Parts: sequence; structure tokens; C-alpha cells
Amino acid sequence: MSEQSSENSAQSTERTGAGQTGAGQGAAPSRRSVIGWGGAGLALGAVAAGGTVALTRGGDATVPVAESGAAVPFHGAHQAGIATAVQDRLHFAAFDVKTKDRAELVQLLKDWTRAAERMTAGHEVGEGAYGGLPEAPPDDTGEALGLKPSRLTLTIGFGPSLFDGRFGLAGKRPGALVDLPKFPGDNLDPARSGGDLCVQACADDPQVAVHAIRNLARIGFGKVAVRWSQLGFGKTSSTTPDAQTPRNLFGFKDGTRNIAGTETDRLAKHVWVAGKGAEGPAAWMDGGSYLVARRIRMNVETWDRTPLAEQEDIFGRDKKEGAPVGKAKEHDEPFLKAMKPDSHVRLAHPDTNGGATILRRGYSFTDGTDGLGRLDAGLFFLAYQRDVRTGFIPVQTSLSRSDALNEYTQHVGSALFAIPPGVRDKDDWWGRALFA
Amino acid sequence: MRAVRLTVVTAAATAATLAAVTGCTQKSDAKSEDGAVQVIAKDDSCEVSKKDFPAGHLKLNVENRGSKVTEVYVLYPDDRIVAERENIGPGTKASITAEIKAGDYEIACKPGMKGDGIRQKVTATGAGAAAVKRSPEMDAAVAAYRQYVQAQADATLPKVKVFTDAVRAGNVEAAKKAYADSRIGWERTEPVAESFGDIDPKVDVREDGLEAGQDPAKDWTGWHRLEKALWQDKKIGDREKQLADLLDKDLADWVKRVGKADITPTSMANGAKELLDEVATGKVTGEEERYSHTDLVDFKANVEGAQKSFELLKPVASKNDPQLVAELDKQFAALNTLLDKYRTDKTSYVFTSYEKVGKEQRKELSDGVNALAEPLSKLAAAVVK
Repeated sequence: MSEQSSENSAQSTERTGAGQTGAGQGAAPSRRSVIGWGGAGLALGAVAAGGTVALTRGGDATVPVAESGAAVPFHGAHQAGIATAVQDRLHFAAFDVKTKDRAELVQLLKDWTRAAERMTAGHEVGEGAYGGLPEAPPDDTGEALGLKPSRLTLTIGFGPSLFDGRFGLAGKRPGALVDLPKFPGDNLDPARSGGDLCVQACADDPQVAVHAIRNLARIGFGKVAVRWSQLGFGKTSSTTPDAQTPRNLFGFKDGTRNIAGTETDRLAKHVWVAGKGAEGPAAWMDGGSYLVARRIRMNVETWDRTPLAEQEDIFGRDKKEGAPVGKAKEHDEPFLKAMKPDSHVRLAHPDTNGGATILRRGYSFTDGTDGLGRLDAGLFFLAYQRDVRTGFIPVQTSLSRSDALNEYTQHVGSALFAIPPGVRDKDDWWGRALFA
Repeated sequence: MRAVRLTVVTAAATAATLAAVTGCTQKSDAKSEDGAVQVIAKDDSCEVSKKDFPAGHLKLNVENRGSKVTEVYVLYPDDRIVAERENIGPGTKASITAEIKAGDYEIACKPGMKGDGIRQKVTATGAGAAAVKRSPEMDAAVAAYRQYVQAQADATLPKVKVFTDAVRAGNVEAAKKAYADSRIGWERTEPVAESFGDIDPKVDVREDGLEAGQDPAKDWTGWHRLEKALWQDKKIGDREKQLADLLDKDLADWVKRVGKADITPTSMANGAKELLDEVATGKVTGEEERYSHTDLVDFKANVEGAQKSFELLKPVASKNDPQLVAELDKQFAALNTLLDKYRTDKTSYVFTSYEKVGKEQRKELSDGVNALAEPLSKLAAAVVK
């Protein structure tokens, strides 16, 4: 299924990485100098300010040219990569923690934070990719040399399994970090599910995203091991709704009403943990969020043989414009009752789900073909919310039971992570409040 | 057993070169010009400005005045490489540095980067003012490792004979039993064995390692060819008996030459890492012993060989990077503990058949290898620091 909740949101306009409050200190991009871009802060600022986004590629692209090379600030009250304008590419990795030593895990999180600061600013890891001792492997693997920062964001999360007895964290497991229920139709592969830790790397250049995960994995060998990972190539939702909504692999615009990165109120209400959600054992989650990741396989061949009218009925939108049934424009308010009862948009809409609203930043994926000649493709669904019990779970419960789209999709991987708040400054590190 | 020659020789050369290169030779060109040997490479000649120079610090300033891309080598009389530089384009200059002891060498230019090259005999004499300073600990480590390698090779021959005798006797079961054991010494010291580029392809190549144009029926020799006969074809014919003789002969050649391998502290360190690379690429996947499934025996032997290098280098490495040494101690122990789960008797080399090792267990082994190999890749730096 796809962006469940296509409708999850209200209208909005606006944009951008301003989601990271206090994101400030625009680390100077440099791997790849930003000469010509006027510096990261500037590029972002300009975009955020005007909403006058210069669209490229016939108006379809959501990323202004000047923005694609810039660096997204790493520090802030919230982690970057959530409300940040969605980048073009994804490399998402889940890790198992192999060490049993809490201090070693803490050191790894510190090392990762320092490496993430450098990479998101466009710098090499450690002492770099060349110039060191010739008989030792370089600290940085080197494939991002010469590339721009590409708006790389790195976002860390902690899975429920981290809160078992190993590291003395059991008492700190937030109530919202539930074990997801089994939904009808789920066909989850354990080898593509779960994980103690996750890192979401988003960037406009796939090489930059892959480089980041590869180098973090390398730093982590012996302490953590990659459990599974997923590459994503085409964003399926945007947090910048003034731009056109990207299409999913079914050819539909889905996610029209996503929460925008600049909608401070809605972010506070639906995405960022605060107040009650961050009390007691979960106090460390103040400013954080919860991420649901689902690998949703799409049966594209059978979908492609489905008549147009049926496709449109299934979504509850027309294919060309993306307008809800009976309406003219994509962003027109949908009239749910005009849609078939099992249409995707109707079932995913907040009004059908007690107002449940989530921020989606999923990506299309393909891992080639599956041996039967079928495209191994689908949606790598990523949704952020303040509490999955009032976010993803009700929406998916409604969808998994009756969504007409279920005939063409299957959930094959699933994971849930608590996303801690942002790294405040150079002395702070990912998860400090959790391990304090 | 990638039939590729990596390791010790090249590593040794690089290592020797290293000290020199990192010492900023490039930047101080002007000053070091005095002792440098000028090499003018053309399409049909290789002129060397002097053929006698002091042992120690050698620098070649190469200028390619030919029309082809060339490469220049400093070689031992037996063709082993001391130092090399590839891809020197027409009209460009390059420099090569090496630490050499007194003795005879050859300098070779290879226009077009093919063939044996155009060679000049040269001689290094005396101790040399810039003779390499070596630490007694490093010398001790190298000497001990050389002994280890020789001892492993010597001990391998009789074990191989048990195997090949069984093959010659046509006794499939006895041969199967002796197979894995016959490989342990080789696997422990593989980077050294591989440094002789011609032996490895004869004794340890897999069918898919043959080159284009090679005929498996004729050109595939060594352990894995016999492995296939025993486990897959389940029979021993005349060809297999011939191959047994050949394996004895090729390995006898290895035992004779192994003592001459050029070994340095950094080649030991990088050799240890390469043993783990062997595990990571061939054993963890079950490709190495695809018929016998004795991969874990090779795995254990590779780890033991790597650990030997590490233990010998420890006195040097602990001074420079005690944290790394502690990490390596821990990871070697962890991987050995993991491997012990696959044998009932810790003194024996009877391991679980790899086909019985499940996907998750293989992942666990792979994670263990990564956990050890990554810090191990830093050992060479800790040794020369």
C-alpha cells in the first residue's frame, strides 16, 4: 500500500528544512565546495523565505537547482531528515548491536555522531580518503569525494529490541514504542524487519547516501552489524506541498496532503514528542518522534493490466491530475463519501481514522527482478509521528482490512524506531539523554 | 585463493617504500636529487644514469620519453618485485623509492606495460649511509614468522602425502578423510604462498578461477579438482592419480621456495588482514569448499595464521596503539569462540560441514569476520607508526 494516509493532512504550502528548529550553525559545506551556491545557509534560507521555488524539469521537480548541492544543518532541537524537505534518494539501514558492553555502544554513538556531523557538512570521515599512511586503509572510503553535500541528512533511531536487558535500558522504553500488531495480509520477512538501531540517510545524490551508510557501518563493525538495508530512488511524498506531489510506482500521486516542514503547529501536534509523550521513562524522547518503516512490495505487472477506471476507483483519485473523486484539482478537499468505500484515499484519510495524521517521506524502491521476471519493486514506506498508537496503527488497521489496493500490494518488511531529539551542538551526541 | 598475486611481495615492497614516501620525498625533490638514479624510458630502451649505488635509500626519477604508457620495476634477481610504478604516460615523470639491501637487482621498463620489459642490471653496495634503521623487535617478529611459515610448509608435505597416497590407492573414503587436514598449513600461510604467483593457481584454484581458454579437463589441477572428483564424481581414475603426483610435486616446490619469500612487518600485518579477506570472500559463502563443505577448517586455519602474525607483531603494535591491540585480542577471542561452536573437540580440526551451517549462523560468522578484519586492517599502520 502506499502512502496510506494520502490524505492525512491538511493543506499547506511552504517548505522546507526549517523543521529543525535552531538548526542554525550551517556547517560550511566543503567536501565539494559550494562555490556558486552562496553557501548552504543561504540557499536554504532563500528557498524557505520565498516559497518561490524555481522548479526544474518541466515543473515536476520539487528541488530547486540551487538547493540540491547544499548542506542541511546537522544540529538542532529535532533531528534533520524528518521535517526536512524530502531529498531524492534514500539509503536506510537497520543494525543489530553485537557488543554487550554499554560503554562501547555509547562510544559508538559518539563516533557516529562525529562522523555524521562531518558527512552531512560534506566533509570526509576521520582523516579522509587519501594522504594518510600508504599501507593503511584510509578512514574515508572516498566515493563521495568531489560531490556536493547533496542535502545529506542522517537520522538515527532506536528499535524496541534495544530496550531489552542488555544495556540497562528496559526502564526507559517509552510506552509509545509498542510492538506493532500483526496486520491482516502481512507477510513479513524477519530478515528485512526490526533492528536495534536504524540510520536513515537521505540525499539528492544516491552515492552520497550510500557513502554515509557504508562509512557508518564500517565504523560500527564489531559493535554493530547491518541487519538489513534498503535503497530508495524516487520520493513518493513531499514535505513541500507547494511543489507537485511525486508519483508512486502505480503512477499515482499519493500523499497530496502531507505535513509540510514549515507547518510548525501540525508538526508539534502530530510529529514531535513533547508533554505527556515525553514524561517519566520517555523523558529522553522530548523533541523526538517515532518512525514506522514498511517494505511494501507492489505487484506492478497485475496493476498494469488493471483498467484505468478501476485504478482510479481504487485510489479515489484521477490519474492525470490527482484530483479526488468529483473534484478538479489535486489539492481540492476530497469528498470522501463520493469515493468507493474501499478506496485507498478514503480509508487513509484522517477523517476515517479519528484524525490520525502522520508525516510520510517514503521512497519507491526496486531491487531488480525476483527470479520470476517480476519487478521486485514497491514502496519503502517511512512515516513519522508523535505516537504510533494514534498514528500508523489506526490508519494501517483500517487499510489492511479493506483497502482495494491490497490486491496489488503486500507488506514484506516492518520496523519501528524511537527517533531521539536532535543533536544540539558539538558536545552533544545521538542518544545522550537516553544513556544519561 | 584468488589466483591473484597480491600480498607479501608487493606488500613488502610498498612497506619498504613507505617509510620513504611518507617521509615527504615528493616535497623535497630538490634536496634528494643528489642520490637519485635517473631512468629515461623510451619505446625501445631503458637508460639508467648509474648502475652502482649505495644500499639503503634508493630513489628513481623516471621520465617517459617514449610514445607508450610504461611501467618501471625494481626487481630481485629472481623476478620478485622490490618496487614498481605503473601507468607512466608518455612525456610524464614519476619517482619510485625503495629501501634496498646490498646485492644485485634489475631495473625494468615495460613500454606498453606488457612483456618482461627492457632490463638493466644494477648493484647496490655497502651498508649505505641511509641504510634502513630496523628495530630489533621487528627483526625478531619477521624472523619468527619466517620460521613459522617454513614449519607450516614442512609439516604440510607429509599430510598431503597421506591424502595423495589415498588417492593413488583409489581409496575415496580415506582420501576424503585426509583432504581438509592436508590444507591447513597452506591456509595458515596463504598470503606467503600466494606471493609466488605461479604456485597458487596450480594447487588451490577453483574451477571458476581458470582463465578463458583454459580447459578444465587439462588445465585444472590441485586440491579442488581432486575435491570435486571425491565428493561430486565419487571416483578416482587415472587422471586423479596423476593429479595427486602433481600436487605433491607443486607443493614440494612451494616448500623449497617459501623460505625465500620477502617478509616485512607490514607484509605480515597486511597478510593477516588478507587471510581474513579470504574468509570473508570465499569461506563465509561456502564457495571455497563447495563439494566437501570443509570451509570451516580453512576458516579456522586462516584465522590461526592471521593470529600468529598478530601475536608476533604485538610487541611493536602495543607500543604504538595499545587500544588497537586490545581490540584485536578481543575480536580474535570472540571469533575463535564462535568457531569453537562448530567442533566438539577443541584440539581437533573436525568441524561441522558448512552445508549444515544455516543462513543466520553464516551471518553471525560474517559479522564476526567483519568485526575482526576491520581493526586488523589498521595493524600495518600501528606497526610502522
